Amino acid sequence: MAVKSPLYAVPKMETKGPELKPMNDTIFETNSLNLWYGETQALKNVDLPIPEKSISAIIGPSGCGKSTFLKTLNRMVELIPSVQTTGEIKYKDTNILSKDYSAEALRTEVGMVFQKPNPFPKSIYDNIAYGPRIHGIKKKSILDEIVEKSLRDAYIWDEVKDRLKENAFGLSGGQQQRLCIARCLAIEPEVILMDEPTSALDPISTTKVEELVQTLKEDYSIVIVTHNMQQAARISDQTAFFLNGEVVEFGQTEKLFTKPSDQRTEDYINGRFG
Amino acid sequence: MTTKSEPITKNLSTKELIQTNKSKKSLKKLFEKIIPAILFLFAVVTVLTTLAILYTLITEAVHFFQRVSFTEFFTSTNLKPLSQNPSFGILPLLSGTLLSTVIAMIVAGPIGLMAAIYLSEYASDRIRKWLKPMLEVLAGIPTIVYGFFAFTFVTPLLRSIWPEIEATNILSPGIVMGIMIIPMVASLSEDAMTSVPKSMREGAYALGATRLETAMKVVIPAAISGIVASFVLAISRAIGETMIVTIASGSTKNFSLDITESMQTMTAYIVEVSSGDAAAGTTIYYSIYAVALTLFAMTFLMNLLARKIARRFREEY
Amino acid sequence: MKYIDHSQVKKKINSRLRLNSFLKYIFLGATLFGLVVLVILLARVISQGLSWIDWNFLTGHLSMDPEKAGIMGAVLGTFWLMLVVIFFTLILGMGAAIYLELYAKKNRFHSFIQTNIANLAGVPSIVYGILGLTVFVRFMDLGSNILAGGLTLSLLVLPIVIVSSQEALRSVPQAMGEASYGLGASKWQTIQNIILPAALPSILTGSILALSRAIGETAPLVVLGIPALLIPFPGGIMDRFTALPMQIYYWTLDASLVAEYANLAAASIIILLLMLFVLNSAAILIRNKFQHRF
Ligand SMILES: Nc1ncnc2c1ncn2[C@@H]1O[C@H](COP(=O)(O)OP(=O)(O)OP(=O)(O)O)[C@@H](O)[C@H]1O
Ligand SMILES: [Mg+2]
Repeated sequence: MAVKSPLYAVPKMETKGPELKPMNDTIFETNSLNLWYGETQALKNVDLPIPEKSISAIIGPSGCGKSTFLKTLNRMVELIPSVQTTGEIKYKDTNILSKDYSAEALRTEVGMVFQKPNPFPKSIYDNIAYGPRIHGIKKKSILDEIVEKSLRDAYIWDEVKDRLKENAFGLSGGQQQRLCIARCLAIEPEVILMDEPTSALDPISTTKVEELVQTLKEDYSIVIVTHNMQQAARISDQTAFFLNGEVVEFGQTEKLFTKPSDQRTEDYINGRFG
Repeated sequence: MTTKSEPITKNLSTKELIQTNKSKKSLKKLFEKIIPAILFLFAVVTVLTTLAILYTLITEAVHFFQRVSFTEFFTSTNLKPLSQNPSFGILPLLSGTLLSTVIAMIVAGPIGLMAAIYLSEYASDRIRKWLKPMLEVLAGIPTIVYGFFAFTFVTPLLRSIWPEIEATNILSPGIVMGIMIIPMVASLSEDAMTSVPKSMREGAYALGATRLETAMKVVIPAAISGIVASFVLAISRAIGETMIVTIASGSTKNFSLDITESMQTMTAYIVEVSSGDAAAGTTIYYSIYAVALTLFAMTFLMNLLARKIARRFREEY
Repeated sequence: MKYIDHSQVKKKINSRLRLNSFLKYIFLGATLFGLVVLVILLARVISQGLSWIDWNFLTGHLSMDPEKAGIMGAVLGTFWLMLVVIFFTLILGMGAAIYLELYAKKNRFHSFIQTNIANLAGVPSIVYGILGLTVFVRFMDLGSNILAGGLTLSLLVLPIVIVSSQEALRSVPQAMGEASYGLGASKWQTIQNIILPAALPSILTGSILALSRAIGETAPLVVLGIPALLIPFPGGIMDRFTALPMQIYYWTLDASLVAEYANLAAASIIILLLMLFVLNSAAILIRNKFQHRF
């Protein structure tokens, strides 16, 4: 079913050495993806395979198109009227950019967590139940189970189990972000997109979210945008380096950070620009 | 100017300059003090206006209540100011005001809210830029024009569909009043909805919600206090609206809830009595102050309530 | 364990999207509803009244005979009202706004005045009519003349003028005033020479819009006892008068007696709407012309 990445699928056997670790099957694959905001091009010929059940990090200087790329994967870019795209994005072999693929259906399988926690002004319970409810789950007992499971999976259950009916705005920033992750888990997506999910959080909350993300990769394919290179190195399996809307380099995280093949990547990870 | 004459003129002008400057300076100082005092008085005019409204309404209403008891005024269902044996119950007027307001809100509430949803959740910037000013035109039409429209167009139209309706009735002005306040509900509710942060909408879209589901289950609940405030303001506006009901709902003073009937509102009563020839000092003359005081109190409380709710909404974001 | 069946969700999504686009058109319809009514209203008024507008109608005196009736007196009355209103509201409104924005300390008295202005804006216009009747017509014994009518309408729109003037003053960049103070100018000099000229276009726009609200008001004039009698054209602010909305009111009421009066009312409405159109266009022109100044 899943397409094998032409670049990284070959060494499927176990071998020693970091750069030869096998990559999983791809869940997303973009082919010559271009994107314009009106006249300005934000993505240029992006060809990127994203392996499933692992963590892919996207790094690059500000304005290089990381968020834009992430938002094309669940077609959130469409909410901006001036956006135009060409090329294709294959999700499980289907081109999601085709007109008859519904963005809403895609987003039930490709969830997203934002830079700033954005809970709804509702109770904690209703925040989690919102997604299942709109997708047709009405039964209280099932909703209860979903809410509990999602909150547990997001490691926030113990902190909120006694205050499920309270407004989510009362939570701390870090709790809100984990709540948003739980909200995303509640619709049982295959992929979770995360746009700098820890940049608005304090160090302790950041660690909690990072740990959470690492446990999630057992069941989900995760794409995470980050400005923090240590974070990318710590948690991701593969990393893509974006520059001016182009993918400069994509590969195993360890290799990219230790032996980058492109001079620009090396400059960037050594802090020489951006 | 020659070089020779220069020193002389210079000396003279310097002296002059200093002198005029001195007088100017003291004048200027005076000016700088007087101006804010005058401007302050201008600002105080607004306070005086409120005091004058309260003073006139209350003192004249006191005269009224010396002749007609509180209980009669607020509980009697009879309003017969011109009869041999006059009675002054405000309930017939309240029922007229209540009915016309309810009808107006049945029209303006849903339509205004739906328009607000369209403008804030669906319309592109370009379409919104066209539609909003056009809605504002609707709000800028004088009420007398709406009264004419209700009386000469909407009432005959309604009667052709529903013959039992009287030539003057409360339904027609109620509907037209509703149309008149659509823009108010729409634009205030739209303001409340657009001030809901975009990130909240994104959160819903990212879960696979359609625009409708996002609007209904995220944006409207988040903006609810702003929307309620806009409704309360609209109600207050409908209660105080005068010309449409004066022209189109007649002057029957029945305590009734029959929308096909002619009925009088508080405002229309004030118009009828004050444009008739009730001599100053008669009970009927004083009665308009009692009615106006009631009207003023009602709209004042509604506006206060709306502002309270709206302030809470602003604190939320 | 899976709670959500994604294939089910996908099947349902089309019906959800259909509901979404169906309601989108309903919402659009609701938005257009008011505009449709506006078009019907205008079409109705124009078809009924346009043919009655002729030279005689525009310049003639009032008359019981519909064929001979003219509205010159009412138009002149409305113009006089405009003069009185613009005079009082500009002076009082601008002055109060300058005080509140630039002089007043932001203390409790200030917030009391602001709250009071907001309250006044919500008082029904008929209450202003009663105030005018009691204070200007009776107590000051002006009678139902132009001054009494103009003062009443001025008080009615004063809150609007103050609030919009305050906004205009607030939008003048602080730096402009500071530059003037830096040159040693006094406060009033700065206001007079720098801040006021910069804010004037916006103040005028707001005042003109308030003026257009004032000349359409009918209820206060009815309460003041403005007649629609056969009175001579007004020549000064102490004269008795009638105004366009009053004329429309009486003709509409009398339409049940003489059917042609409805047409006269429609014709007068056209004139009134034209005046409002001119005023609003002027306001928009001023706004657009000076919008990008700073
Ligand atoms: N809504 C928009 N309209 C127009 N241009 C946009 C819009 N959003 C982003 N851009 C442009 O597209 C380019 C990529 O933006 P994007 O937000 O994807 O960058 P980013 O890599 O996420 O940056 P950051 O690290 O600062 O978040 C930038 O040049 C930006 O100015
Ligand atoms: Mg970004």
